[in-house]
Amino acid sequence: MSEIWVVMLSIGILTFLTRLSFIYMHEKWQPPDVVTRALRFVPVAALTAIFVPEMALQNGELVLSLENIRLLAGIIAILVAWRTKSALWTIGVGMVSFWALTWLM
Amino acid sequence: MQEFLLGIKGELPILLGVTPLGMIYGVLATSAGLAVWDAQAMSSVVFAGSSQFMLIQLVNLGAPAIMMILTGFVINLRHALYSASVAPYIRHLSTLWKFILSYLLTDEAYAVAIIHYQDESESKNKHWFLLGAGIALWSCWQLSTAAGIFLGAQVPPNWGLDFTLALTFIALAVPAINDKASFLSALSAGLTAILTRGLPYKLNLIAAALVGITVGLWSDRR
Repeated sequence: MSEIWVVMLSIGILTFLTRLSFIYMHEKWQPPDVVTRALRFVPVAALTAIFVPEMALQNGELVLSLENIRLLAGIIAILVAWRTKSALWTIGVGMVSFWALTWLM
Repeated sequence: MQEFLLGIKGELPILLGVTPLGMIYGVLATSAGLAVWDAQAMSSVVFAGSSQFMLIQLVNLGAPAIMMILTGFVINLRHALYSASVAPYIRHLSTLWKFILSYLLTDEAYAVAIIHYQDESESKNKHWFLLGAGIALWSCWQLSTAAGIFLGAQVPPNWGLDFTLALTFIALAVPAINDKASFLSALSAGLTAILTRGLPYKLNLIAAALVGITVGLWSDRR
């Protein structure tokens, strides 16, 4: 078996076990009330932690200027998502803004 | 069956953002020298976009296997949070169901399904919704990977299609912000992700998620 397959299978199994972890344990062990209340914030916190660096960082450096097209188009997309709550509109308007700003600059 | 179709329907808009990512992955994987079948297999064996992108970079760098495995594992640790979040809703299901839903528990399927779990609607079959969303995403990821491999260099790199990653997560996160606590949670998570950007293995994402959850819990304590 080639090295890439060892890597792929290892990560695949580890990722699967990570995803299974609490689901499987839940029968034997249930988290205390405070943890249950904390879980409500998982989607918002985890997803925001991913998209904010995608907007604001370039090659690991913080770029907060009008030259950062991803930041501007991202802010537009956030406003669209907030107003419409529609994924289709958010991704569509975000991508068109990105292309328009790239073309303008 | 109705819940299953609703799950597919709920996932569809997200696929608009996921398709370009799958294609970019396919392009990058083959240009990094992966065989066609290895590149395609990774999308179902690993089935986690961000770690697949990181793996391709490490293949390019010629990193040792153990480093690739550890990096991929750490990047995907956030899925443990999703697991904990979904667990109470699916505790009554059989082990087979739990295994299948765990395999399908990606960022995008989780985010769509958890909103459905938390809404008002009464249904005992919401696990079918998660299954539908998961299978829709899985199929899209495999097909778009294949398209990327097939099209190869014909996908122009300067279109900024990787920006759909940020847009997809904006589309998933922002509508879920519905009170002061969730707003503060998102704000603090975003700031932490930036402030801790120097951490290796994208550990800043884990740090940011934990800070965001803690802040949300704290502002919700009354």
